[in-house]
Amino acid sequence: MTVPTTSAPVEPATATVTAPPLRRKRHGWRREIIVSLILLPICLIWIYPFLWMVGSSLKTDTEIFGSMSILPEDPQWENYSRAWYEANIGPYFWNTIFITVATIAIVTITTAMIGYVIGRYPFPGKKALVVVLIATLFLPEGYTIIPVFDLINQLGLSGSLWGIILAESGGAHVIQIMLFAGYFRQLPRELDEAARIDGAGFVRTFWTVMLPLAKPAIATAIILSLMRVWNSFLIPLVLTLPQPELRTLAVGVYSFQGENMTDWSGMAAASTIALLPIVIVFLLLQRYFVEGVAGAVRG
Amino acid sequence: MATLRQVGPLTGSGSATTLRERLWNARWCYVFMLPSVVLGAMFTLYPMVSSWYISFTDWSGIESEKRFVGLDNYREVAGDDAFWSAFGRTFAFTAAAVPAMLILALLAAVVLNDASLRMRAVFRTMFFLPVVTTTAIVGVVMSLIMNPFDGPLNAALLNLGIIDQPVDFLGDPDLAMWSVAGVFVWKWMGMSMIYWLVALQTVPQELYEAARVDGANRWQTHRSITVPMITPFAVVIILITFVGALQTFPLVQAMTQGGPAFATELVELYIYRLAFAADYTPRLGYASAVAVFFGVTVLIFTLAQAWGVRRANAMQKDVKGGERR
Repeated sequence: MTVPTTSAPVEPATATVTAPPLRRKRHGWRREIIVSLILLPICLIWIYPFLWMVGSSLKTDTEIFGSMSILPEDPQWENYSRAWYEANIGPYFWNTIFITVATIAIVTITTAMIGYVIGRYPFPGKKALVVVLIATLFLPEGYTIIPVFDLINQLGLSGSLWGIILAESGGAHVIQIMLFAGYFRQLPRELDEAARIDGAGFVRTFWTVMLPLAKPAIATAIILSLMRVWNSFLIPLVLTLPQPELRTLAVGVYSFQGENMTDWSGMAAASTIALLPIVIVFLLLQRYFVEGVAGAVRG
Repeated sequence: MATLRQVGPLTGSGSATTLRERLWNARWCYVFMLPSVVLGAMFTLYPMVSSWYISFTDWSGIESEKRFVGLDNYREVAGDDAFWSAFGRTFAFTAAAVPAMLILALLAAVVLNDASLRMRAVFRTMFFLPVVTTTAIVGVVMSLIMNPFDGPLNAALLNLGIIDQPVDFLGDPDLAMWSVAGVFVWKWMGMSMIYWLVALQTVPQELYEAARVDGANRWQTHRSITVPMITPFAVVIILITFVGALQTFPLVQAMTQGGPAFATELVELYIYRLAFAADYTPRLGYASAVAVFFGVTVLIFTLAQAWGVRRANAMQKDVKGGERR
């Protein structure tokens, strides 16, 4: 499995396309407009569920029912406070933030370390390690949830958020490892030599020379972990069954549905609170999302 | 720390050294992989081994002792109608969702790969948006949207005159699974689209230019340039999409919880119900047997596909080599 460098974005290579002759250009222009006019409504329908969700979170229930419109007549901000306080979305939000930040920190550091040695150093057993890593890619999550549940209980962590953090961090993060391995592999050899001349040991070379150079890989790895942890459902669901106060947003909104079947505006507000952070991060850092996903095929 | 010597860099380590020396020289490598290896061993490898062990026991998860029952659980799986129905549904779900997703995604990718389309980044963002959102929450929202009484989907279809009376997308046992599969395709299509875009971008632009100069139309260009160039990627993309389509739990659990009348109970949901959601005593031992049986089936299927991928790629290379000669 070879691994991509993060340097090549997925964006089509616009720069290499030379200006076409004028006649073709006018023809292409008409085509572009037609294609855009077909795609735009399709795309708007595509994201309609999210627009509807945000709109409904500011409506009254009677205004939502049986209507496909998006804009609220008179914004009902109290839907948010009802979701935040009465449906406990507030605590779930902070639980999710805590789990996400801790898991990302653990996963990014550990995968950068193992990726660094896989990418740059020979050592006995390396081949076997890589084979095992790739094999775990094909393991369905449902296959291991029962022992994970058992293990967290035996470790005495079933009553704390750390149980969830550990279980999330422990899943094989093969893509991140391969991403780091590929990135560190292509950094020039001279760096090690320069660092050695300066008297830096193994740890210091990694920490002060290599890791700061790997910022693009770190960003991609963080985004990959963020997408996985923020959206995780099965692990937090199973681990919080006896402790509703430890729920994450995904589990909280799911339970909200079971408990307040008719409170659509509250549910829409809760869903908006849960989805907005990840959507904003996505819109700001799209490149890394796409890069992370693309890495799976390039490998 | 500073007194330890540097581990030999990337290549060219002396081959005359003994294994012990090589292990010692690489000591920092092992230290660096330790955290990942320990975490992976605890939460990926141990659970694999452990689920085999649990599958041979009768255990509710409440008592601490697991009673060994040999192959009893597996015998029960073989004759379990509920399991085989779930198995069949999982197969049908995958068979419907995977091709639909791949074809839609390829279409979108081909259209968006056109560099002269200035708004393509905006369109790509919109198609990709569902992928980044929390699946379980999307499931909750979609169950509201598909609601037969007050949901906007029925309102839209009624207004347009496509239907006369509301459709119960998720409550009708004959329809529910296809509704869920449709949402699944919508949710993950953007992912496959990015895969296809990666594949399409490996095709050199000059080839298209040359084809245009030769007077080939778009369809001919795609058939004779795009298709053969992206075939090696296609097999990998199909494999990844197939494996992804088996991860159905968050969406289906949030939308229907396996209902109505088990019409959408896929294997993952059946395992969850046996182990955690049962109104009767949880059966973690039996649920593990189902999970192991299903996991091994999927693994065999995946390996067969992976083998097919290698064969196809090897054949592709032979063909290309032949052409060059």
